[in-house]
Formats: sequence, structure tokens, C-alpha cells
Amino acid sequence: MIKSIKTWILIGFASILLVACGQGGGSGSKKSKTLENTKKAGFVKCGVSQGLPGFSNADASGNWTGIDVDVCRAVAAAVLGDADKVKYTPLSAKERFTALTSGEIDVLARNTTWTLSRDADIGLTFVGVNFYDGQGFMVRKNSGINSVNDFKNGISACTNTGTTTELNMRDFFNSKNIQYEPIAFEKADEVVQAYDAGRCDTYTTDKSGLAAQRTKMSNPDEHKVLPETISKEPLGPVVRQGDSVWEDIVRWSLNTMIEAEEYGVNSSNASSLKDSENPAIKRLVGSEGELGAAFGLDNEWSLRIIEQVGNYGESYKKHIADTGILPNRGPNQLWTKGGILYVPPAR
Amino acid sequence: MNFKNFKFDLSNKNKNLIPQVLTVLFILLLIIYFTINAQNNMGNRGISFGFGFLSQESSFDITFSLIDYDGSHSYARAFLVGLLNTILVSVIGIFFATILGVTVGISRLSQNYLIAKTAEWYVEIFRNIPLILQIFFWYFAALRALPLTIDSINFYDISFLNVKGWYVPKFLWTNFSLFLYSIIFSIIAIIFFLRYAKQQRDEFGKQFPTFYISVAILFVLPTLTFLIGGVSLTFEIPELTQLSKTVYVYKGGVSIIPELIALALALSMYTATFIAENVRAGILGVSKGQKEAAASIGLTKGQILKLVVMPQALRIIIPPTTNQYLNLTKNSSLAAAIAYPDIVLVFAGTALMQTGRAIEIISITMLTYLSLSLSISVFMNWYNKKMAIKEK
Repeated sequence: MIKSIKTWILIGFASILLVACGQGGGSGSKKSKTLENTKKAGFVKCGVSQGLPGFSNADASGNWTGIDVDVCRAVAAAVLGDADKVKYTPLSAKERFTALTSGEIDVLARNTTWTLSRDADIGLTFVGVNFYDGQGFMVRKNSGINSVNDFKNGISACTNTGTTTELNMRDFFNSKNIQYEPIAFEKADEVVQAYDAGRCDTYTTDKSGLAAQRTKMSNPDEHKVLPETISKEPLGPVVRQGDSVWEDIVRWSLNTMIEAEEYGVNSSNASSLKDSENPAIKRLVGSEGELGAAFGLDNEWSLRIIEQVGNYGESYKKHIADTGILPNRGPNQLWTKGGILYVPPAR
Repeated sequence: MNFKNFKFDLSNKNKNLIPQVLTVLFILLLIIYFTINAQNNMGNRGISFGFGFLSQESSFDITFSLIDYDGSHSYARAFLVGLLNTILVSVIGIFFATILGVTVGISRLSQNYLIAKTAEWYVEIFRNIPLILQIFFWYFAALRALPLTIDSINFYDISFLNVKGWYVPKFLWTNFSLFLYSIIFSIIAIIFFLRYAKQQRDEFGKQFPTFYISVAILFVLPTLTFLIGGVSLTFEIPELTQLSKTVYVYKGGVSIIPELIALALALSMYTATFIAENVRAGILGVSKGQKEAAASIGLTKGQILKLVVMPQALRIIIPPTTNQYLNLTKNSSLAAAIAYPDIVLVFAGTALMQTGRAIEIISITMLTYLSLSLSISVFMNWYNKKMAIKEK
């Protein structure tokens, strides 16, 4: 009941807000209403998941951690000077876009897949990718299923409702001409419970999600993730359409973290690199150029991100690798090291 | 109307009318203001408004559907699937809640201490635990308690119960329509017979064993269609199939998914407690003198309950029970928590998310529940009127 009612209240509220908050989000001008409001409020309003280890997860005392959370923290460090000045709103897959378009949150960093229809159709703008993921399947080790080619007619698959996984699952099984039983739950916890109880033969979602949820099973060693990846899932932060300055701030906060890793700038050496020989590093730590002025920020915005949040590599290591979720960076490695992380230069 | 003689008089009638008209106008203006404002805001944010998406391909599948459906059908069709599933679980829930509620309600008034106390405990426990917890309890408790497919609980080799659902034989009919007509015909015949019996009783005081004769008609005619009408029935029995080393599934037959069972069980167990209290209140509301008077003119115990107590008790029972039926229907929206594909999960969940059309979809869903509830209300009000005292 709690969950369901919350959804309804939120959607109701969101609709009311959408109706009541007047002529917001002006366009084109250099002034950013979202930036002004954020500075006035003193915190960044950030939408996160309801608990996905590695991405956004609250500990017992309510502290949020994860690589999605670090995007919010980076924006807060850039705009407000303090990475801790973030107000987190946990959202279900269903609530997330309404919460963003209605103005309840200003940044959505909730392992959200960038797709054409989301970007173009419903008033959202994706600003980048902070995790390259793909959908996979988890099965019981003793099932005798070693690859997706072992799936046969009649297999039952549990997943989350309201996500791209539901659609990918259909595309996949249809292309293989396999009849399947889809069982879609509203919350990830119930999916895990049902799969663990044997209600379904396989559990499908993004591979990072599978790895994270496996740790919640009653006996994680009994389960394995199949090698195949059936979809592209570029996950990234999202902002409302129509405030291009705010959009740029969020985009370049993320880019700064990745660029910092590329140039070897991290949270511990950033301030000592102010006199570096390399102009690219000097721009990153704010000792050369006037890059912040373009968004109406001071020149140390990027230095604060690196010092307070760290570069992308640090964030990944802390939240994804060291927690045992995905020790191998795979595609989420820098382009210089064989991955596909490649950001436009900050200059 | 003669305009020459018309004058605007502030008689009492008009005095009362003006504030009412103003209120309606105010509310209308408010609605118009909010609608226009919403449209402007959505326009500013690049969100379009419209119902065109309903005819687009939905491209997601649904576990359980009463009509033919897969992802290549439209969102409108997905809506219909969800609606039918909501109606299905509501009807099942109302049916069992009523039977259970009436039984428990009467049991609470039993002279037998054990029966009365058991009924009381049942009511006190199940109406005081939040429904969502009961739904989770039945679902996850059942999932944990039920065996895996390979170790299914076997009912005489025709029906199987396991963690993936309850598999029952599928009826394969030939000449099904003839059988259906025979049942409809039987029902019409019974109605005519009951009228005739009532007339005979009213005019000549002649009593018929109406119940047994009705049952006989209902059985004989459909049986005849089997014997001479060429109707036949075979069963498709679910068969265990191995998908991989340890993965098994039953194919064929009809599978009743555990989500439906858990939800129907939770809804009827919960609502039955309230209906039981209504029934108890109704029976206690009939004064003792009525029963004594009926006994004094020589009616049997069954007749007293049927002819004297129940007709009066029903008048007390029906209105609050209507509320419970409405509650049950609305509470079925909690289905989303345990993956039963009702209208909230399918339409206000997946479809909303895929299309992003929050305002349109939530409005449609609200209107749907409103119409469902109003239909139940209308029916129950009709029934209530039928049962009301007819002053002569």
C-alpha cells in the first residue's frame, strides 16, 4: 500500500505542480531559472533510485552513495560549493520523469537509459552517459542453462515494470521465437523475492543491476549471470528540456569527472596541480581560462568537483569495483585505455 | 413565456438558486483555468497532449490476459486487458467475500461457543491488519510454501499446484453454443416456474418444493444436450515438460497464476470481515418479537430465517455491503505490488512509463475506476430498492 499510495500521491502532486507552477523554464536566455532557484534554496534537488547498490543506495543512517549520487554531488559542488548540499528524492521507475518535468527535482540521476523517445518526446534532455550497461539474464547455476540459446518455450522471466527491460525482453524472445511468461513487478525488491522463491526461471535487467541484486539473494552463489548482453543501455543523468544553462552545468559536471581521470587529476592531487605545465590540467583546476563564466559560475567550479567528489575513476572504484558489483570496468574504461568513455574537451 | 409580465423577482426560490448557480460557475471556471494552465505548461516543456498514443503498438507483453493480446497490439488493447483483469479479480473477490462474510457473520451469532469465538477472532485479526501486508503475506508465504514445478502437488493426475501457479484441465467443447442455449433456456423456464408456484401459493395456498424442481430443470436440460444434442466435452490435461536440467513447466491446460490466487484470497479474506459485521448487525437489527411471532404461527426455523428475518435484515445489510464491494474493487489496485497485471500495473504503470503521458493515462484510469464503482453502486441501489419495504 505504502508504495502504491506514494506513487499516486506523487503523480497527483506532480500534475498539480505542473498545473500550478506558472510559466517556468524560460528558454534561450542566458539566465537559468533552475540555477537561480537552486542557489536560493541552497541545495540541488536530485532524483535517485529507491536503492540500487553501486548507483544510488542509502545506508542505515540515510547517507546516499553511488556513482549516480556522485553526479548530484558534483553539480552541488560546482553550483553551491558543497557536495553535500543535495536533497535526494527516491523515485520508482514510473515516477521519475513526471517528478522531473513537474519541477519536483532538477536532476534525475537514476540509472536511466537514454533512448530516442524519452529524449525527444516527453520534455526531457539527456546530458551524457555515466555508465554503459546492457541487459542480461540471471539463472540458477544448477538449471543447466549456460547461454541464452538454452532458453525454451514456456520459460518464465521476472523483471521490473516501467523500464526498457520489459521492451527489450519482448524483442529478444520474439527474435528467438520463444514463448515466455513475463512477470513484471513494480519494485526491484519484489522481483528479487519472487525470483529467489522460484516463481520465475530467469531474472532480467541491466547487468550491473543483476550483479548488485545477486548480493541480496538468500544464497548468491546459487545464481549466475549469463554471458550474453541483449541490449545497449547507456545510463545517464537527465534534466528538464528548456533550460539550456542548467543542462550545460549538469553535462559539464559529469564531463569534468571523466576528463579529470583522463588527465590524472584526482581528489588528493587536484589543488597541487594549479601550477601544472599542462594547460588542459590548469583549465580543469581553474588556474587558466574563464570556463565557469559561461554558466554563471566562478572559476573554481571544476576544482571543487574533483576535490569533493573525485574523478570518474575514483567514483567507479569506490562504488562499483570495491563493492564487488563489477570489478572489471569493461566499456566504462577511458577511451585511452580500451573503453568507450570519451568526453569533449573542456576548453 | 410572456415577457411583458416577466419581472425579476427575488422570491425565495430565486434567492436559493443564485448562490448555487454562482458556485457551479466558479467551479467550472476553476476547472477551465487549471486545464488551460496545464496545457500552457506542458506546451512550454515540450510535452504534447493527446490520446493518439492509444492506437500505437504497445510492444510489451502481459503475463495473464483474458483476451488475445501480445506486444504487437495497441495501448488501447493493453488497457482493455488490464481492465478485464481488474474486473476478474474484483468479481472473484466479491463472490468469495460475500460467501465467507455471510457465513462468518451468522457464525458469530451461533450458540456454539467454539464457532462464535473462532468467527470473532477471524474478524478481529483480518480486519485490523493492513491489506497490503496481507497481500504480501499470501503471495510470498504461498511462493515459499509451494513446491517447485518438478515436485508439484498432484490432484488425481489432472490438476497440479506449484510455485508457478495452479494448473487445471482446459475444457474443450464441441457444440458449446447449444449447451449455452440450454442453460439460458433452463433459467428462463425456472423463472416462469417460480412465478407459477408463487401464484399457486398466493391463490390456493399450494406449496411446491421449488428449490428441488429448479435444480432438476437446471440439470436435466443441459444433460439432454449431451445425450441427444451432440454436445461433448473433453479435457486437455496439463503436461510436465522439461526445459533444461532443472527447469520444468506444465504445458497445456489452464494456468491460474499465483498472483491472482494471492490477490483474490487477500481481498476476499479482508473484505469478508467487514461484510460479516454487516450481516451480524443486520440480523441483530431485526427485533426478537418478529422471530417469536413467526414461530408462534408455526413456521419452521429455516422459514423464519428466509421469510421473516432475512428480508428485514437485508435492508440493513445491503447499503454498507455496497461500500465494501466498492472498497474491494478499488483495493484491487494494490495488485501492482505483486505483479498481477491489473489496470494500474499494466496501464497506469507500464504504459504510462513507456509513453510518458501521465496526465492522459491517470485521467483515463481514474475515469475507469469511477465508472466501475458507479456501475456497482447503480446495481446495488437497484437491489436495495427491490428489497426495501413496500408500503401498501
